[in-house]
Amino acid sequence: MAAVSDDPVDEDEAETDGGVRAYTVRLELVDEPGELLRALSPIANNGGNLLSIHHERGNITPRGHIPVEVDLESPPDRFDGIVDALRDAGVNVIQAGAEHYGEEISVVLVGNLVERDLSNTLSRIEDEADAVVRDLSLAAPDGTDAVSSARIRLAIDSGRSDAALEAIRAIGSEKELTVVEPLLGGDSA
Amino acid sequence: MKLAILGAGDVGRSVADLAGEYGHDVVALADSTTATVDDDGIDIAGALERKAGDEALGSSEPDDVFDADYDVLVEATPTTLDDAEPGFSHVTRALEADRHVVLANKGPVAERYEELRALEADSAGSIRFEATVGGAIPVLSTIEDSTPQAVTAARGVLNGTANFILTRMAAEGLDYEHVLAEAQDLGVAEADPTFDVDGTDAALKFVILANVLADGGFSLEDATVEGIQNIPGSALDLAAEDGRTIRLIGEATRDGVRVGPRLVPENGPLAVTGTRNIVQIETRNAGSLHSSGRGAGGPETATAVLSDVGRLPPL
Ligand SMILES: NC(=O)c1ccc[n+]([C@@H]2O[C@H](COP(=O)([O-])OP(=O)(O)OC[C@H]3O[C@@H](n4cnc5c(N)ncnc54)[C@H](OP(=O)(O)O)[C@@H]3O)[C@@H](O)[C@H]2O)c1
Repeated sequence: MAAVSDDPVDEDEAETDGGVRAYTVRLELVDEPGELLRALSPIANNGGNLLSIHHERGNITPRGHIPVEVDLESPPDRFDGIVDALRDAGVNVIQAGAEHYGEEISVVLVGNLVERDLSNTLSRIEDEADAVVRDLSLAAPDGTDAVSSARIRLAIDSGRSDAALEAIRAIGSEKELTVVEPLLGGDSA
Repeated sequence: MKLAILGAGDVGRSVADLAGEYGHDVVALADSTTATVDDDGIDIAGALERKAGDEALGSSEPDDVFDADYDVLVEATPTTLDDAEPGFSHVTRALEADRHVVLANKGPVAERYEELRALEADSAGSIRFEATVGGAIPVLSTIEDSTPQAVTAARGVLNGTANFILTRMAAEGLDYEHVLAEAQDLGVAEADPTFDVDGTDAALKFVILANVLADGGFSLEDATVEGIQNIPGSALDLAAEDGRTIRLIGEATRDGVRVGPRLVPENGPLAVTGTRNIVQIETRNAGSLHSSGRGAGGPETATAVLSDVGRLPPL
């Protein structure tokens, strides 16, 4: 899951915490011992966090290389640096940046967010809506004891937005928060 | 056609005023206490002048309207919920007398749609109600032309007051209470704006749309409705940072009706500004159609009423 800091609640101004995104990178490796390890070290060295590796044995490219799919997380502004570092290390990067989650939705929550334990709200959304919180902006113009608003960008699997929104609605009504959902469907989403 | 108009408010008066332009005669006009009835056509200018001067419309009782020689009853009395009376009884009387009815009053079509259709089936007259949804915007006739079966959903903004408030909040960074007071000063919001801001008025219109799509089955209690009273300026600010804004959006499908504040793209078609309304009709074979325009106002609504009158077959 993404590292979401609750620190912005201490600020009076809206801000994003930077967030972390999931990415999929497709690499082609030479079939040599130690090659996988060598290929992956630039990820961690440049602020990425390795999530999983899909390595299909027996599946060989026409040039005799082994295709490998790597899922990783990183702050969006560091992702390009990771890809560059992989290329600098001589790794053949076929495709980068295809996101792990198929859809992104934003919702705005309104209410006594801090009093209702914002970090608990976020982790419940991640668990119950099967989502990853990509970033959070909080606006508390009257201080964090008063009604405040938060915009949350969520990554969810394709086709699951209705179910995810239903789960968020349920959490919202339990915590007496107004949930402003995106309008999906039609040309308007 | 010969029109009998029940209700001499903004809508009823405008229908009377514009009827001649559309080639129709007015044989009766009533408000809550009096009526003027003349089978050869009432003196419209005189009646409107008396109404403006707070005088009686005429020497007849409102009930006498039903004895006039009319083809079409125009129902423009206040919208009421639940049993939708007295509007529902007015429609019943006209249909039982084998006359047509055109409604501006949303109550009967939202709350008792199946009963109205059953009465219509036993009558030589028929009912039309374009004016109940989106004022001057041709929404129901667009659905009728696309055939309701080919329409999968209708979405949009059908309350000008709520839209005006959200637009001003976003543009000026002001809070709800402040903008509501401003809207009341401008006459955009009524003294009691409850039904506009709590979503009820928009919900009635989307319930009517769902009834048209599904051929009945819905009333207000089937709708999930949330208003805009809890939306602070800060929520609109956050939406704007992301290229979005918040609008009071309704959705009607064959599965249900929902009205509530929603995030929409700031430059998208549904983010109309001010008191403007918009409806997006999603079709099975032809993508989405959008119509926008003035969703309320006397002459605007009267135009929809008179277009309906023009679509009625001769009796
Ligand atoms: N205004 C719009 O933009 C708009 C748009 C779409 C639909 N509509 C609907 O159209 C209808 C009329 O709207 P409006 O704005 O004209 O309302 P309005 O200004 O409140 O006028 C209502 C009129 O109905 C009369 N009335 C009340 N009870 C009656 C009764 N039992 N018999 C005969 N007349 C009766 C009232 O009489 P008094 O004058 O004696 O009070 C008044 O003249 C409402 O149902 C409204 O929801 C309005």
